[in-house]
Amino acid sequence: MQPTDTGNPDYYHRVVDCQWACPAHTDVPEYIRLIAQGQFTQAYLVNRESNVFPGILGRVCDRPCEPACRRGRVEPAPNNEPVAICRLKRVAADHRDDVRPFLPKAPAQKNGRRIACIGAGPASLTVANDLMPLGYDVTIFEKWRTPGGLMRTNIPSFRLPEQVLAEEIGYIIDLGVDLRLGSPVTSMKQLLATGEFDAVFVGSGAPKGKDLKLPGRTDPAAAANIHIGIDWLESVAFDHIKAIGRRVLIIGVGNTAMDCCRTSLRLGASDVKVMARKPRAFFKASEWELEDAEAENVEIVINHAPKAFVIEHGKLAGMLFDLMDYDLDAPLDKGGRIVGERVRGERFIPCDDVILAIGQENAFPWIENDLGIEFDRWHVPKVDATTLQSTRPNVFFGGDAAFGPKNIIWAVEHGHQAAISLHKYCQGLDVNQRPPRGLKLSSRKMGLHEWAYKNDYDPLERRLMPHVDLKERFKKINIEVELGFTAEQAAAEVQRCLNCDVQTVFDARLCIECDACIDICPVDCLTMTVNGTEAEIRQRLKAPTLRATQPLFVSGPLQHTARVMVKDEDVCVHCGLCAERCPTAAWDMQKSKIRIPYASDETSPCSTPQPATRPAPTRRIA
Amino acid sequence: MSFIAKPKVAHPGLPRNELGLTRRDYEGGMSTLCAGCGHDSITAAVIEACWQMSMRPEQLVKLSGIGCSSKTTAYFVSGGHGFNSVHGRMPSIATGAIAANKDLYYIGVSGDGDTLSIGFGQFAHAMRRNLNMLYLIENNGVYGLTKGQFSASADIGSKAKKGEANLQPPIDPVLAALTLGGTFVARSFSGDKEQLVPLIIAGLKHRGFALIDVLSPCVTFNDHEGSTKSYEFVRDNYEEVVHADFIPPAREITAEYAEGDAMPIALHDGSRVLLRKLDPSYDPTHRGKAFNYLRDKLAQNEFVTGLIYIDESSPEFHDMNGTTTTPVNQLSYQQLSPGSKGLEKILARYR
Ligand SMILES: Cc1cc2nc3c(=O)[nH]c(=O)nc-3n(C[C@H](O)[C@H](O)[C@H](O)COP(=O)(O)OP(=O)(O)OC[C@H]3O[C@@H](n4cnc5c(N)ncnc54)[C@H](O)[C@@H]3O)c2cc1C
Ligand SMILES: Cc1ncc(C[n+]2csc(CCOP(=O)(O)OP(=O)(O)O)c2C)c(N)n1
Ligand code: SF4
Ligand code: SF4
Ligand SMILES: [Mg+2]
Repeated sequence: MQPTDTGNPDYYHRVVDCQWACPAHTDVPEYIRLIAQGQFTQAYLVNRESNVFPGILGRVCDRPCEPACRRGRVEPAPNNEPVAICRLKRVAADHRDDVRPFLPKAPAQKNGRRIACIGAGPASLTVANDLMPLGYDVTIFEKWRTPGGLMRTNIPSFRLPEQVLAEEIGYIIDLGVDLRLGSPVTSMKQLLATGEFDAVFVGSGAPKGKDLKLPGRTDPAAAANIHIGIDWLESVAFDHIKAIGRRVLIIGVGNTAMDCCRTSLRLGASDVKVMARKPRAFFKASEWELEDAEAENVEIVINHAPKAFVIEHGKLAGMLFDLMDYDLDAPLDKGGRIVGERVRGERFIPCDDVILAIGQENAFPWIENDLGIEFDRWHVPKVDATTLQSTRPNVFFGGDAAFGPKNIIWAVEHGHQAAISLHKYCQGLDVNQRPPRGLKLSSRKMGLHEWAYKNDYDPLERRLMPHVDLKERFKKINIEVELGFTAEQAAAEVQRCLNCDVQTVFDARLCIECDACIDICPVDCLTMTVNGTEAEIRQRLKAPTLRATQPLFVSGPLQHTARVMVKDEDVCVHCGLCAERCPTAAWDMQKSKIRIPYASDETSPCSTPQPATRPAPTRRIA
Repeated sequence: MSFIAKPKVAHPGLPRNELGLTRRDYEGGMSTLCAGCGHDSITAAVIEACWQMSMRPEQLVKLSGIGCSSKTTAYFVSGGHGFNSVHGRMPSIATGAIAANKDLYYIGVSGDGDTLSIGFGQFAHAMRRNLNMLYLIENNGVYGLTKGQFSASADIGSKAKKGEANLQPPIDPVLAALTLGGTFVARSFSGDKEQLVPLIIAGLKHRGFALIDVLSPCVTFNDHEGSTKSYEFVRDNYEEVVHADFIPPAREITAEYAEGDAMPIALHDGSRVLLRKLDPSYDPTHRGKAFNYLRDKLAQNEFVTGLIYIDESSPEFHDMNGTTTTPVNQLSYQQLSPGSKGLEKILARYR
């Protein structure tokens, strides 16, 4: 194999599994270390730079980082739980001091460019967050009387308190954003025709809940008791709906279903069933959301396919389901897929209300079809995946509006990328020329055997989130269920992080091939061997490859024998023992800082961005 | 050394031996030797060998004298028995232990100073007695623990770190063993586990005294230019003459070797050592020829490595002394105590 190009920022970035998996590339190990040092404000600001809403995301993020966490790969089950990355984000948010002095500010001198954002969800808010400090005038048009998008209208307040939303949205609006609430855009043509804006960002989400066209659905007798999930949650959020029947069926088993069932319990229901067509392994809802719902005694019923709404005595009486059997090509725990299905019988389940939570769709009735903005046959706009530019150069899309429903952190990342594109577009630059990522390495060596990070492996188990008592939590709809980590829990959990960003950096010229590193590595990641193809080298590794998806590091030829040093990055615990044992410092532990570019990294000709300042470290954890 | 102990976390795919143990289960305490010391690699090779043999940790007795090398018995198989004796006196402790219990595996770990200077006499007699043990010399050409004075294995002209050259002729433990009746004589290198691990297994299985002289560079005091025991010098002047593969009892010898090159030697428990001669003229079962071959190569400054001489037929210590086949700690009080009449008889023999 050719020697690994570690100068490519992606190589070391990939080693930091969580940061690589995060759509916005949040520098997770860095903020966890800051929390460990009690520097909560700093930790918050590191988060905010990439994910913009640490307090919100610290509660409700989809957390793609956690399944990626290396911790989940190195320890035997049941201890192989990822670091509670998301919970720690909330720790940073909960314990921060006032961060306003350290946030970027809008310059007094505007740059004369005007951007319209449609919808005040996380995507548009991120665009405003990135462009306001550059001197842009950003106007956000929002249909509702409150900003936040689905975070406000659909995510229930027992998961995400209103005040947390208000605070973090406030940081952005207070940059001087022209927020026009209660102002739905009803015609893109008109908006463009005003000539008021240099470019438009569409962050209007995927607002249409899917309906279930089954017998009985259109019967007016049942209409009042069959609800579209996202519309129903919205009505609850705005206090238009304050009660529901005792027996509720939720159709669908995604995250919306989880919010619907738990909300029902808070509006008077006592018998709530979530009806799933398929077995649990095929559920869309995150495992933790399922657990939270089941902890509240929601029943999850599998292998029931909805067949008809049953109306008796002039009102909804229940639903009829087909009982399903599935053929699998392998057992479920071996990742089996469904290859055939059969109906085994049917079952009637009585209920007072049904909530349909089977998905969302894009809908742009307000975008005229003669504007050069093209859509595909599913009404999804044709948008460039990198630049987020539509087929009309001055119109950009992001968040759920761009590629269908995703989640908040993706909306944020789209916002960042769109901001870069908008900034380039307004300067007349090519939006396809993306600013490159960067890499900075700096040694963490302090003394002979001392490192400027805590390198000892802590075998501690993941801390569990404390919850409000089951009896208490239903008293009001907005009682936040999760209490947040205690100081002790936070102090323990941070030690589980492996510091994957403190990289093992190898210099082949220094190695004397003494074997010390090979012998000491607790997880047998290192091998010295004659060079060959990747397949050959993987055969010769000291411990077997578990996942060939993780990269191998291969050095140049070693001085004495021309063999190569190979490292299987997959299970390295970043303990630094290789570097500690190496007599020549051929291995060194170096902190990698992956530089993720933002719009502010490109200076505009007409303004100088105000750099964000950092607070002096102050607080220590209890 | 390192400041943190090797954490217990391990590669989830580590293979297990017949006892269901992984290599990690054969580790010992944290090494306090210098980073990059050859001795630590030998420790790793011993761990690997014991794991491969599916040895129960309590079947192993670890014995040593004094020196950096002698410290290493603490760094492997923490479940084994251990005795860290005085300088150069490990063989007499080993003799006593072996006499008392022939059911265990014995590893003596020593240094070139511990063996060839202060302990030379004990070393020679352990070999004459053909004690059933594996004797590892971790040979770095210096007294590592006392800061790098030349040892008796230092070559003429080899330079100390401060520059002065050694003028006295070296004692070569392999040549010495050949003349003193050693029945398993090998040389290896800490940086070549492919060679060392099967040698350790074969040495432990050998019936009688197995000597492996392991070249083991001292990174701190003897790894500079001008030293003949540095990593670089050893690698450049390293010639494997006979490679030994260890074949456990049940396993077939696969016919990968060219006819005539491979020579199987049966060990007493039914396992075999398969010798692959890398120099076809060499005969590892002929003491005299082995001696001459070695002398010639030494004159050319070459380290001949591999299993240099093997003799499975000579009687070992227990055969010669008629010692008990039952370990002493399993004999009953009646069997062990002659009684007052018996004692009188014994004493009478000395009157
Ligand atoms: C029930 C539910 C629970 C969820 N839970 C989570 C979760 O826990 N974690 C997570 O990460 N994600 C969750 N999501 C998904 C997440 O909320 C969305 O992916 C995210 O909010 C999308 O952001 P956005 O900026 O693209 O659009 P949205 O948040 O949808 O915001 C769009 C905004 O545009 C406004 N708008 C639409 N059309 C117009 C118009 N023509 N003129 C003016 N304004 C308009 C809308 O009123 C809305 O305020 C959940 C979604 C649902 C439905
Ligand atoms: C009776 C006695 N004399 C001298 C010493 C001092 N001493 C300690 S270790 C050592 C030499 C060790 O050299 P070696 O056996 O080669 O071990 P190394 O440290 O090189 O591995 C000496 C002379 C001692 N401990 N005891
Ligand atoms: S840091 Fe070095 S010693 Fe530790 S696990 Fe990674 S490669 Fe192995
Ligand atoms: S410890 Fe250092 S010198 Fe020794 S083999 Fe490893 S990298 Fe090379
Ligand atoms: Mg020595």
